[in-house]
Amino acid sequence: MIRAADGPRPPSPIGESVPRRDGIAKVTGAARFASDLSVPGMAWAKVLRSPYPHARIRSVDAAAARSLPGVVAVVSAADLADVELYYGHALADHPLIADGVVRYAGEPVVGIVADDAATANEALALVAVDYEPLSVATTVEAALAAGAPVLHQREAEQRPHRGFEEDIERDHPNVCSASTQRWGDIGAAFAGAALVVEGDFRYPLSYAYAMEPYTAIAEWGAGRLTVWTSCQHPFMVREDLARCFHLPLARVRVVVPYVGGGYGSKSYTKIEPLTAALALRAGRPVKLALSIDESILTTRGDGAVVHIASALDADGRLRGRRAEILLDTGAYAENSPLVGRKAANRICGPYRIPAVDVTCRTVYTNTSPASSFRGFGAPQGVFAGESQLDEAAARLGLDPIEIRRRNVVGPGEAPWPGVRGLDADLEADLHLVAEALDWDTPPGPGRGRAVCISASDAGSEPVTTSLLRVHPDGSITVSAGSTEIGQGSSTVLAQIAAAEMGVPLERVELLQSDTTAVSYDRSTGASRTTTLVGLAIQAAARDARAQLAAWASETLAGGRAVEPAPGGVLVDGVHHDWGAIVRAWFAGAGGEAVGRGYLRRAGSTAAMPPFWEIGCVGVEVSVDEATGQVRVERLVTVGDVGCAINPQLVESQDLGAAIMGLGIALREELVYSDEGNLLSGNLVEYRVPRAGDIPPVTTILAERGDGVGVYGAKGGGEGALNPVAAALANAIERAAGVRLRQAPFTPERVWRALRDRDAGGAADG
Amino acid sequence: MPETLELSVTVNGRPRAVSVEACETLAEVLRERLGLTGLKVSCDVQVCGACTVLVDGLAVSACTYLAADAEGRAVMTVEGLARDGQLTPLQQAFIDAAAFQCGFCTPGMLMAGTALLADNPAPTREEVVAELEGNICRCTGYVPIIDAVLRAAAAGAAAGARPAPEGDR
Repeated sequence: MIRAADGPRPPSPIGESVPRRDGIAKVTGAARFASDLSVPGMAWAKVLRSPYPHARIRSVDAAAARSLPGVVAVVSAADLADVELYYGHALADHPLIADGVVRYAGEPVVGIVADDAATANEALALVAVDYEPLSVATTVEAALAAGAPVLHQREAEQRPHRGFEEDIERDHPNVCSASTQRWGDIGAAFAGAALVVEGDFRYPLSYAYAMEPYTAIAEWGAGRLTVWTSCQHPFMVREDLARCFHLPLARVRVVVPYVGGGYGSKSYTKIEPLTAALALRAGRPVKLALSIDESILTTRGDGAVVHIASALDADGRLRGRRAEILLDTGAYAENSPLVGRKAANRICGPYRIPAVDVTCRTVYTNTSPASSFRGFGAPQGVFAGESQLDEAAARLGLDPIEIRRRNVVGPGEAPWPGVRGLDADLEADLHLVAEALDWDTPPGPGRGRAVCISASDAGSEPVTTSLLRVHPDGSITVSAGSTEIGQGSSTVLAQIAAAEMGVPLERVELLQSDTTAVSYDRSTGASRTTTLVGLAIQAAARDARAQLAAWASETLAGGRAVEPAPGGVLVDGVHHDWGAIVRAWFAGAGGEAVGRGYLRRAGSTAAMPPFWEIGCVGVEVSVDEATGQVRVERLVTVGDVGCAINPQLVESQDLGAAIMGLGIALREELVYSDEGNLLSGNLVEYRVPRAGDIPPVTTILAERGDGVGVYGAKGGGEGALNPVAAALANAIERAAGVRLRQAPFTPERVWRALRDRDAGGAADG
Repeated sequence: MPETLELSVTVNGRPRAVSVEACETLAEVLRERLGLTGLKVSCDVQVCGACTVLVDGLAVSACTYLAADAEGRAVMTVEGLARDGQLTPLQQAFIDAAAFQCGFCTPGMLMAGTALLADNPAPTREEVVAELEGNICRCTGYVPIIDAVLRAAAAGAAAGARPAPEGDR
């Protein structure tokens, strides 16, 4: 790890790679995940899924299943008249169980609850469903073609949690949402260009493969619902559950134990409404634990078809960019409207472009629903935009890094009108990665290098609260609604609280992820936790310190002002720690000080986005001319995070993100047949990176204190994924003279491109 | 009715007698009948390694290993690594190297690494990579995990007499 840091050193333990606080639990097997939990009296659920990608359900005959000994309940939509079936934070188009129609192969049709999992499984075979197959559209092109089947006949309610303000515009019945990004005079930009580069790019349908499958347990009691679930956004799940079951928010409790991987795939609501509905009908607590094969069918990343054109001056300066993006959202909207909004923004890159005209449509198809996936919207657009910039550089005889230097927005400069200025120095980041890659020394024959960058409008909404309680012994409980999904928030947030209160880290305990017990946080995603929850904790600490100083003045200093000091206050030169102040104020009879932290769109977090998430990646590759196999020889990441609260954890996030990007760029793809069947729906055919696939890696941290968060921090953890596909495509082009415009760059695709190159045809993949 | 077997097996050094159905996997018996939830089940088809446990010292995928085949054998799970709260060098190295994030693959990684180090106390980096090819981690990018195994090997070499993990303890 290389650290490039400017500015004063923040207080301990900020900037220190303290060991993860979940370490002992996770290396001893003591860490409990949702799949490890059970509650007394619990029954088990299994789901009967549609074999058809699009069909009308004529009838469900559950009599035989109901009469099987051990079966507690058999539930289809017809049994849930008292439940609001349709949920969705952006567009409420998703029934928790098929409501007369199935829209993808694998959609839940019937839920079975039994005393044990084996009986529930056995009962699945006893349910007879009569389907009337309908015609299918499995690609965005097919869904937008004349005569395509219309997936959603029913107008879905628009919900407030889209993540953007404008209406979801729909200009075709299979368009789920449309977003635009326009400024400048696009006609003039292209008319006066010295060079126009135009092309079509495809990014695959992808699967996050969080290793823990979706699992939830629901329990009802006295009009209250408790759900234990493997999810990222417990407060958002709470809202959907409250709406489905007509409950006040205060009567819905969502508890999240350790989460076995998220990467966006556990954002928002998944199987929780179905599990709660099954528990309601069963009259018992119910556990629904999906298999990985079922999890693959539950959520995936949006595939993309991108048409993009860039206009440039002869000196390589961008004049304009046009793009039409089609995202394959599958059967339901889920979070794709926001993914689409972000894709439209992010395809512009962190570049100074005088005119832009981008449209992004998310399109319904008869495939599994797509939602958030690490970097959402960025990898799809950045692949196209950054590939095209290298094509332009080659046509103009410019160095790929030089063309980026000429166009990249500077610190404080807004990438487009009305947004926060860039809180990063990308030109300096480009220098760091170039140096680490030995850019100025040619890589040798058969090898190619590339550097690509991205800037994502990240952080989601700055809406979070925190409570910080100081106990009479001076120990501290901090409550934060964000979820520990492996990113290390349970460590980093405790570090922030310890630094702000001036106490050793061991004095701080963090409470997370229980909507009844813990203060609100909007979501754990968009790389927002360190920055935004960190600010809320800082505000709560300041509030607690102010109260404690007033209490000290009142009870220890005879009404005089006291002097702040780390971990307490000074009165006449004598240090009184926080615990002593609490004891004095409550006259020794227990008590606690409660600090409150609120974060909203105001003050430093008024401008949107709250921060820009930077991606800056360099690669060197070689290509096997005989087989088309791409070998990544070197990988360099720059984590431009403002201030690394825990450098080891930031480095770990960057490396994980880059390798995830590498997997999608080289190998991973969910492939559907024209008939709508998923052909790669298991971990054998959907092959993710393994230990032997990892190239030599250099991770660099750039810490310039330029973020809005505590000590100048800003988000990381997704950025290093976003430019990887483009970097690999560009490096392959420089190594072998073939331009790949469809990811993943499998040996077959590369080999075909090499063959075309040798045949003298279009050297395009 | 499914056929029931009386299984005698040593688990983490303790003899256990348990009634199991003939079709039950070792993962099911350990997790559901014996409450040892440390091992995780993910891919369910023996490609991810999350369910790795040791049977007579050999790393196996408990998701596809019939419990009946463990009759008379010694099984070790992640819960059996630390003794009296004392972590093994490998567990400590995982913490020091930040060799996990979500932690779902960690029990399997630790068991695969433990088997490797018992067999080969001073592996090369290539040998570690080869051994871990059967264990997927989706969070870390593997580098810290490989580093942790090498670190544990070095710590074991430095300590001279690292307690050799045995399936039967």
